[in-house]
Amino acid sequence: MTDLDQARVESLIDGELSWDELRNEVLPDPKDPDRFQKTREVLQERVDWDDPILVPLNDHLFVVGTDDGRVIRADCGTDLCDAGENWKRSCEVFVREEDEEFEELYEEYMHVDPDWAFELREWYCPECYQLLDVDAVPVGYPVLKPFEPDIDTFYEEWQGRPAPDREGEQAAD
Amino acid sequence: MSKPESELHDPGTTTREREHEHVEPPIGWDGRTLQEMLDESEQRLEETGRYQGLDELELKENDPFKYEQMYSRLRGALVSARETALHVSASPIVREIGELCFQIYTPEGDSVAVSTGIIVHVHTGSLAIKYMIEEGYETNRGIQPGDVFCNNDNDLGNVHTTDVHTFVPIFYDDELVAWADGVTHEIDIGGMTRGHDQVASTNRHEDGLYATCEKIGEDDKLYQDWRDRGQRGVRTPMYWDLDEKCRLAGCHMIREAIHEMIDEVGVETFKDFLYEAVEEGRQIMESRVKERMFPGTYREAGFHPIQWEDKAWQPGAQQNMMNHLPVEMTIDGEGGMELDMEGATPPGPHPFNCAKGSMEGALWVYLTQSILHDGKVNDGAHYAVDTNYPEGTVVNPQDPELSYHTPWMTIFPTYLAVSKCLSNGFFSRGFREEVITGYGEPSDALQGGGKLMDSLSEAIPDALGDYFPVGPFDFSCQGLGASACRDGLNYGYAMFNPEADLGDVEEWEQTQWGLIQLSRRVKPNTAGHGKYRGGSGWEGLHTVMGSEDVSLYTLSIPTVTWSSAGMSGGYPGGTSYSVRAHDTDLAKRTVTDEPYPLDDMPHNGRIEEQIEAEEVIRDHDGMFFPEEFENYDLLRYQTSGGPGWGDPLERPPEKLKEDIEKDIFTPDVVEEVYGVVGDYDAENRDFTIDEAATAERREEIREERAERTQSFEEFFEEEQARVKQSDWNDGVQYMYEGVFETSEEWAQDFREFWDLGDGYSP
Repeated sequence: MTDLDQARVESLIDGELSWDELRNEVLPDPKDPDRFQKTREVLQERVDWDDPILVPLNDHLFVVGTDDGRVIRADCGTDLCDAGENWKRSCEVFVREEDEEFEELYEEYMHVDPDWAFELREWYCPECYQLLDVDAVPVGYPVLKPFEPDIDTFYEEWQGRPAPDREGEQAAD
Repeated sequence: MSKPESELHDPGTTTREREHEHVEPPIGWDGRTLQEMLDESEQRLEETGRYQGLDELELKENDPFKYEQMYSRLRGALVSARETALHVSASPIVREIGELCFQIYTPEGDSVAVSTGIIVHVHTGSLAIKYMIEEGYETNRGIQPGDVFCNNDNDLGNVHTTDVHTFVPIFYDDELVAWADGVTHEIDIGGMTRGHDQVASTNRHEDGLYATCEKIGEDDKLYQDWRDRGQRGVRTPMYWDLDEKCRLAGCHMIREAIHEMIDEVGVETFKDFLYEAVEEGRQIMESRVKERMFPGTYREAGFHPIQWEDKAWQPGAQQNMMNHLPVEMTIDGEGGMELDMEGATPPGPHPFNCAKGSMEGALWVYLTQSILHDGKVNDGAHYAVDTNYPEGTVVNPQDPELSYHTPWMTIFPTYLAVSKCLSNGFFSRGFREEVITGYGEPSDALQGGGKLMDSLSEAIPDALGDYFPVGPFDFSCQGLGASACRDGLNYGYAMFNPEADLGDVEEWEQTQWGLIQLSRRVKPNTAGHGKYRGGSGWEGLHTVMGSEDVSLYTLSIPTVTWSSAGMSGGYPGGTSYSVRAHDTDLAKRTVTDEPYPLDDMPHNGRIEEQIEAEEVIRDHDGMFFPEEFENYDLLRYQTSGGPGWGDPLERPPEKLKEDIEKDIFTPDVVEEVYGVVGDYDAENRDFTIDEAATAERREEIREERAERTQSFEEFFEEEQARVKQSDWNDGVQYMYEGVFETSEEWAQDFREFWDLGDGYSP
């Protein structure tokens, strides 16, 4: 079983582990069962707020519990939307569809043929302009919500404890 | 047309099956027919949710050592059969790249254990066996000791036409105790054009030779008429013959190993073991989901453009099409996984139609690489996942008339989307090392064939003939996607075979006698951008020498659009394109010792700038139909890079210095995308970072982001206007129209998203 200490989890998050370290210490099965909690603690220490991180969504987005309910928050502290909504609707977006826009990123011939009405949609944090996600879709494609976590099922049924933002509620019950 | 003269197998060497020359039905366990066994198995699964309704794994619990020993021994027998039998084959696709696998099934047709190799077929073989059971082969056709069956009919249980299964029933004391199955990927299966993954075929009748769960032999020998059919049905009879012998030899090795095992443990223990192993496989899959994933709903989509308006040969195929491959994955509180592709496009006049069994097999091979890479890998995993591949769509056409020659073009984009769904779960649980943003689709499969000129064919052994097939499987080495803690593997991954291998150039040149490889090089700017970049693809150049009647083509993806993007701000890799140069001065250059092209750089070193040629075809689309090539013509092709993870501005400059020095990216792209500025001494491969300029450029890029972006509301308004006007090309129109026809549910979601009203249709 893999069993990473906190320093190792930090190195993993920071991308500092070599291939040999990953292969020998991190990749083998079975996984350390408390990896989620260790990761959550490291991430929580790194942000500037006390509201509990409930689920990390990607490098810069989290579902966070607040007094006003669960929200999707960027690590710069910007609340994008309620947890049940599609956070991309709160982003700034840049759409690439023309040759010259693609050729800022790719060589000629090595990107979408502009005749194909196919876009790269880049989703940015409206506050700090961190790039949060990129979609490659045809024109007119709906903006998918990539992940809707079932937070309470995870904490209560898989972790055997209430979600961190519901601990007080359960105690009060 | 040559006929193989050697006997396939000496019956005297297979002792056990000879003891039972004929077995009266029923041949199932305890006096039951196979149909009764299958019905009972399905009923128990339906009623209990557990394979064979097993409450407990008694053998595993009471004698775990024996149980694990049996599993290891069975798997060892399968791997040993594969590693030994592949040497019977002459095709480098099988022998060098290992495009084969062996597996064992319960009498009902559920896989228990698999060898290494192209394990996508584990579940497809299951479907073929169940077809034979349900069609009454036990009594109608007869299933006897020493029988041999064959299937490559995709609609009944196969991935694509050039994969061929050989099945051998294994008997013990008048009962069928198991099935052995071997699959190899043929270098040619007949069909309307040369090649193993055709682009031109549009219906079944153009696909080539089909065996539809046929009995092809008895008493361990193949029927003469079957052998003649194979010899006459393909362009490469020698490879066909030896591949078939390879499959049959492997199945017979497995049969011998199972007989020995049963002699030692007893047949009842063996039977218990088979069922428990499948149920354990199901349980392992569920527990692995709970260990690695986060409950909830995940959504992604893959896309496959087909730009055939000016390319296809048949009138019905002369159109631009885009296949829509949506994926919604749900993980429930019990650890159950559901995969729903509601909204997939209808099937079409192309070879990319994918049978349901192929989709299930592909799900299986992808799960074994992402979440189930150890434990009991078998059909138990299949039973742990609920799938919806909607009937009447490109992922489950239910129509044997269609062409199924190259369903991989549907499979690759679909499982890119699946990969991203799984990776979102892994990331949320803290398993960043397991994240894979996807993969470079196994692209630019160069195919075709030709004949050696008489003067050269005399130098080749007579038995091989003068026709040479072209089907290098070096496209097995694409760039792997990035994870959330490291870059993707460079030129070393194929989704379809977890043991992908590039193969030596010399191996291919021994087969493709008239096709000479001029170069293999890292292809700059194929890797997907990101904080962690995708693995890089590579580029190759071929020329034709000493040959005549040569036609070549490439099957390519992604070409005119991407299939999907990266994750967390990562981008997709570069798309492929094609360059062919006809009537060149390469022959003169070889005599006068002048340089010839080794690569193609669109900005500063195109092939046409490096060689004289009467005609150069340069196309944004990497895929082209079979085209004649003369000696000294050039053909360039490339493989794909994997998608990236994370914002490129977060990639450390030192890593980009390394990327430039290793030809992963060119300095101009690095400056534009990553904001890393410096001087590159290309001759000495030394990039010096200008730290001040880099800081300044990165700040500029951030400011540009603020200036050029728009709000979601502005984006929505503009895009909605285009939707209302169907302001897209005909390929995208094909996609939306098709989805609206097949899925009212998806259509309604689309209307609601864009606030269009019930009357809208594209």
